[in-house]
Amino acid sequence: MSVEDISVADATDRARVDRLRAAIHMILITVGPVIAALALGGLILIALNVNPLEYYAYTLRRGLFSPTGLQATLTRMGPLLLIAASLIVAFRAGIWNLGGDGQFLLGAVIVAASAPLMTAFMPVWLVLALCMVMGAALGALWSVVPALLRAYHGVNEIITTLMMSFLGVSLANVLVKLAFLDPSTTTPQTRTLPVDDRLPRLFGTTTSSGLIIGLVTIIIVHLMMTRTAFGLKLRVVGANAKAAVHAGLHVPLLTVAVFAISAALTGLAGAVDILGTQGNVRADWNPAYSLMVVPLVFLARFNGFGTIAFVFLFSVLSIGGESAARKLGVPNYFSLVVVAILLIVFGLTEYLEQRRQTIARK
Amino acid sequence: MGLFTEAFLTSLVVGAVAAGIPLLLAGLGEQLSEKAGVLNIGLEGMMLVGAYCGFLASFLTGSPALGFLAGAGGGAVVAAIMAILCVRLGLNQIVIGIALTLGAEGMTSLLHYVQFSKTYPRLDAVETTAIPLLSQLPVLGDAFFNRPPVVYFALIMVGVMIYLYRSTHLGAALQAAGDKPAALDAAGVDVIATRSFAVLGAGLFAGLGGAFMAIVGAGIFVPFMTHGNGFIGIVLAMLARGKPLWVLFGALLFGASLSMTTALQVAGVDIPTDIIQMLPFAMVMLVLVLAGRKASLPLALGSSYVRGAR
Repeated sequence: MSVEDISVADATDRARVDRLRAAIHMILITVGPVIAALALGGLILIALNVNPLEYYAYTLRRGLFSPTGLQATLTRMGPLLLIAASLIVAFRAGIWNLGGDGQFLLGAVIVAASAPLMTAFMPVWLVLALCMVMGAALGALWSVVPALLRAYHGVNEIITTLMMSFLGVSLANVLVKLAFLDPSTTTPQTRTLPVDDRLPRLFGTTTSSGLIIGLVTIIIVHLMMTRTAFGLKLRVVGANAKAAVHAGLHVPLLTVAVFAISAALTGLAGAVDILGTQGNVRADWNPAYSLMVVPLVFLARFNGFGTIAFVFLFSVLSIGGESAARKLGVPNYFSLVVVAILLIVFGLTEYLEQRRQTIARK
Repeated sequence: MGLFTEAFLTSLVVGAVAAGIPLLLAGLGEQLSEKAGVLNIGLEGMMLVGAYCGFLASFLTGSPALGFLAGAGGGAVVAAIMAILCVRLGLNQIVIGIALTLGAEGMTSLLHYVQFSKTYPRLDAVETTAIPLLSQLPVLGDAFFNRPPVVYFALIMVGVMIYLYRSTHLGAALQAAGDKPAALDAAGVDVIATRSFAVLGAGLFAGLGGAFMAIVGAGIFVPFMTHGNGFIGIVLAMLARGKPLWVLFGALLFGASLSMTTALQVAGVDIPTDIIQMLPFAMVMLVLVLAGRKASLPLALGSSYVRGAR
């Protein structure tokens, strides 16, 4: 077949096939690692003497196909989406903010300490709004030192944010046990925000409106990073900080801004978790969400909409997994292993993908 | 001040060495890996696996020496995964580092849950070997010279590493692998092999450090027991600017702040443990704020080497 034989119709056909192939390919490299990770996780379950099919079926049943489970899943998505948004801002700008746990807990503790007291003086909507601002502000405050060290001294932020995270988790515990203790109970915990004063529930279900906050935030963040000049600047800094300097960007200032936004979103996640779900902070409570969300954001290639899908999947596994932990005796540590496998399989997929592209180019 | 009695100082220095040895080993390992250009965020995971394997072997055989070997081996196994993925295939060192730490946390906790969560067995205390005369010194004697042999081994490794970096071909190759891998390649030395060696070495050190925490320090394995020691080890390597002796000083400094609890209790001061737990991390941040800009890292740190790629 010579070149002249290709009609216009053929060309559009081929374009359509190419597009379809690209779409299938995209699905394969995003869904493939998830399936592979779940399969490898299944091998570990077999080693633990648990039937993996039974485990995953039970997890799905409790996390997705039961009304209470689904509502719990959707509620959990709220804070997780905010953490994901926080990571998207940071990662797209080339900043490794791994100190999420400290930022999250401090945001949670300050809100848990203040909200029950504030309801006496002001309307609930104002309490909720102020508390979310407080949580975000404290989260951001906790990133100031790593931000300045990175922006002006070039100190690796992975280490500093992790150190601040360890500090923040301990400080949150100190605050709960020594400063904000609920005097009316012997359990070491903060005062509890009454259910009526929490974030409103959606459409008569038990799903918290934290879900809406999370969804709106991650979409705004996605649009900010992809459609605005500010987002473009951040991405330039992330892609090549040296080039960004030559392009006339004030890199240190932008770096500090990234830390502030990212940490504020994680602090907000802590606030939303308290205002929507928990109502108080118990001593030594640390859900340690932030590192779990890292692979989800990577799998979605920092795309906000893709991230929503992965956060949903993870929430199903996490809520269902908690039931399965009690029922089938598989402790929650299992999800840590699955997340780790997911990250490694993701890395391998990226590797194969790059090799395929290099070969295709030759 | 009545705080600085000999009893207080002795318990502080004894504690500093006990808590400092795992940091020293982790720091020496990370330094080796970073020198060759591999940022090893998985160090915490390697320590944890070392702690678990060390505890298990020591518990099953009753021999601490076998425990230390198993711990170092466990750390090296995790390091081997890192070497394959990050050095040979060139995957992102940070992503894989996080994955290995999370995976190690999950796996060791699962294994502990299955085997020991009902019994929580303890190990016997490890016997010390006193060095004649030196162990009689006031304050320092018990801390440095009346210890299990593994402590002397760790201290000797500082000297070994100094010699390795200063006076051997391998040391020069490691340095080049971190600063200008293409030059090393041109000189006919295998960059991938050099870096893999460094990563495996880091795993051995970190695993031994973890095993020390389980066998000598705690006498028990509990999930997440390394509690950030691996990350402090990374900070030590960052601040030590390639010098093993600085890792030792840093490890003793941070070890002292880790062991403050016991020392203050000896002195009769009562501070909640949560506040005490913040001390080492606060100390790390303080040191980073004061000396952070002086931390120097190899030029090619964190980037994988692909032959022929620019």
